[in-house]
Amino acid sequence: MDAIKNIPQIKKPSYVSSRNACKLCAPLGASLVFKGIEGCIPMIHGSQGCATYIRRYMISHYKEPMDIASSNFSEESTIYGGNKNFVQGIDNIRKQYSPKVMGIASTCLSETIGEDIPALIAEYKTGKEDDKTMPLFVHASTPSYQGTHMDGFHEAVLGAIKSLSKEGTKQERINLFSGFISPADIRMLKEIMNDFEIEYTLFPDYSESLDNPCWKDYHLIPEGGTPVKDIENTANAKASIEFGTVLNKGSIPGRILDKKGVLSAGEWLQDKYLIENNTVLLPTGIDASDKFFGLLEKYTGKKMPLKYALQRGRLVDSYIDSHKYVFGKKAMIYGEEDLVISLCSFLAEIGITPIIIASGGESGLLKNELVSRSLIDPDTTIVMSGADFESMRDIALEVHPDILIGNSKGYYISRELGVPLVRIGFPIHDRAGGPRQKQLCYEGTQELFDRIVNALLEYKQEHSPIGYKYM
Amino acid sequence: MSYILEERKKQIARVGGAVRDIDCGKVSVAGSVSQRACVFCGSRVVLYPVADALHIIHGPIGCASYTWDIRGSLSSGPELHRLSFSTDLREKDVVFGGIEKLRKSLDELIDKHSPKAAFVYSTCIVGVIGDDVESLCAQMEKEKGIPVIAVEAPGFQGSKKDGYKIACEALFKLVGTIEKPVPKYTINILGDFNLAGELWILLEYYKKMGIHVNASITGDGRVDDIRNAHNASLNVVQCSGSMIHLAKMMKEKYNVPFLRVSYFGIEDMSDALYDVAKFFKSDELMDAARKLVKEELGRLLPALSFYKQALTGKRAAIYVGGAFKAISLVKALRLIGMKTVVIGSQTGDKEDYKLIQQLCDDDTIIVDDSNPVELSAFVKETKADLFIGGVKERPIAYKIGLGFCDHNHERKEALAGYDGMLNFAKEVYATCMSPVWKFVK
Repeated sequence: MDAIKNIPQIKKPSYVSSRNACKLCAPLGASLVFKGIEGCIPMIHGSQGCATYIRRYMISHYKEPMDIASSNFSEESTIYGGNKNFVQGIDNIRKQYSPKVMGIASTCLSETIGEDIPALIAEYKTGKEDDKTMPLFVHASTPSYQGTHMDGFHEAVLGAIKSLSKEGTKQERINLFSGFISPADIRMLKEIMNDFEIEYTLFPDYSESLDNPCWKDYHLIPEGGTPVKDIENTANAKASIEFGTVLNKGSIPGRILDKKGVLSAGEWLQDKYLIENNTVLLPTGIDASDKFFGLLEKYTGKKMPLKYALQRGRLVDSYIDSHKYVFGKKAMIYGEEDLVISLCSFLAEIGITPIIIASGGESGLLKNELVSRSLIDPDTTIVMSGADFESMRDIALEVHPDILIGNSKGYYISRELGVPLVRIGFPIHDRAGGPRQKQLCYEGTQELFDRIVNALLEYKQEHSPIGYKYM
Repeated sequence: MSYILEERKKQIARVGGAVRDIDCGKVSVAGSVSQRACVFCGSRVVLYPVADALHIIHGPIGCASYTWDIRGSLSSGPELHRLSFSTDLREKDVVFGGIEKLRKSLDELIDKHSPKAAFVYSTCIVGVIGDDVESLCAQMEKEKGIPVIAVEAPGFQGSKKDGYKIACEALFKLVGTIEKPVPKYTINILGDFNLAGELWILLEYYKKMGIHVNASITGDGRVDDIRNAHNASLNVVQCSGSMIHLAKMMKEKYNVPFLRVSYFGIEDMSDALYDVAKFFKSDELMDAARKLVKEELGRLLPALSFYKQALTGKRAAIYVGGAFKAISLVKALRLIGMKTVVIGSQTGDKEDYKLIQQLCDDDTIIVDDSNPVELSAFVKETKADLFIGGVKERPIAYKIGLGFCDHNHERKEALAGYDGMLNFAKEVYATCMSPVWKFVK
């Protein structure tokens, strides 16, 4: 193992321009959340291309129908306002899809010309009070000049909770805001909640809507999504659990609006309905999973079901069986801030050193989160906020990591370095099965751990002159 | 039966039905979930394959992220086009202007990559916030000594097709700025995007005929070749929707005539070679073309017969970007015994649709600027076995148990030329004959 010294001293010229961005725009995150509401169809208030590009980008990962409507701005709407297109868009969606909920995301264009979406919605509903088919409306302010797809995601989660939660009788239930995770991980979390025999609202739940079986006929709005009733009931839960510690907090460079008061969905519910909020890391690795299961034990008063104790046991056993193949390896990890933080927590358990930790997110919180949780040694790790792939590449060519862990867009760097890439997160555009990958809790960690071990073993075997048959 | 929006009813027809022109060339209806993208997309896809140019997107990050390395336009040399540069505008820039950021970005990127030219795409909000990109480009051009071309393509200013036109105008600015002698029989290739190396197949054919290709403008493109493109004797235009505007401008200004061709399917591919030979009025070229076609068909037809036997009677739905491609596909499908039952495009014009009406069998559904609601209903109604389309059509087909042939711009199989026809047959066969369908039918 090479000694890792003074890595943060490596200085590369910084660029004003973005070169191969490691982030997507905010309306994509919001659209994803809207897909996680039962009976909902998203509409993007802006140019036609926004909806189409986002559909195409998401289809290449989820490989599912991805109907997202657009209000299709014209020159006239840009000058005189998009009200006409907004109304026509909603009318046409209702005619075709009969949605129960409409999720509306704004864009750079509609925000720049000052469209007030809550006002447009209110105006649309005025005079139609008796319309029994009127959908519920949820909206997110998502100009792509503010933050990344994750800001759009959390903005939409908060938007949905704000507009749909409804105070009623307190219930023995848990809110689980599980963040931007795979459909398979969502399904697993639901299984865990069911095994604990507790009522819950998991939001957003796109585990079915973005990973459906085949149909006989085309379903205009795919099955699945968090039922509206459950979202209403978030106001009546006894506690919330949020995955991710950065969420929509932090400053966003270039932001002018004072968003200091910005809250996550869990914080908002705590503020408004006094629902105890728990913010934990995305549970990858044993420590983070233990914390999550600990919370479930606390709120249910039940012990972790044997099934999960066994999963945990097997995971520890496999850590031991394979520890030598991973120990001391240097990794470059990249992706959303909450994702890379949870990966650091996991990698610390198995002795892999992240030497480059990069995110397109720019909350300003990343490094502090990592250092304050003792997840990294700031002297040997380069933490890159607001990073793009070319900046990562510049550094990676200097420090030569042994493995890359992140979405498929870093493939070209792993190819150039000649080291393996373990694909996780979003997007995975060059492989099958991205939506079916798991990385959370004991079971998902097991899957991710085995993939990392095997990637390193395969690399060694492929580069061996012998072609051996045993590890 | 799914809902067809009132505004869209005139964009749908049936062959043999009440004969009328299909309404087309309109902006998409709000809320219709059009499969089209926008003006920016149109300009970006056409200019994308110019491999030694810097392409920078001036605007917030989304448009750059979604178009990074999105197309399979291969380059035989430089690959600068595969990088995604953007000014990544933020709220501050929106309020105070983004032009300084663009200046610095162009400065650093041109210095780093030494491109032969730079294309600066302005997206939706650039005009709204009042950035004078045109002046900056003129300044940078002087400073850096390369053409720096503003591509003003705000998404809302029309449709994808308007973006094609904007791209043609950007290319036209380059044409005629270099004078290099060219051989006697010299053509430019317009509208082939060198997906999966298709251009290189065509270059081989033209080479065998004795024809020199000067500039392959939209596939494996090079700035200097485009600058010298006016010295060719002929523009051979495929995908006429995107490139016909450039061909027309070049005819007017430089007197370079043009031919519309298609390289998909045997008939159209062979006609393309014959038409070029005919244009040069050369028996020598025509003989070479005949010889080439004979040789290729001698290889191809026996190989195709197997697929034809297996696929005869199957029904296909086509929904692609350009109508000219759709027309070629109808013929290519016939060659392997298949019938087209639905045909549509994002950007077809009246002439295209007229031709389609003449070409297709009765009751074939013709549709302009369709959406998932319609397409899924049409394939069901017509009992299609196969869908040919792009990325956004694929899940519609798969989800309801239809085979699918990728005719998108990121595909890895060459479908043009004679070899391409065989690849096409193989792909259609693979998807139609796969045993997986028994689990959904």
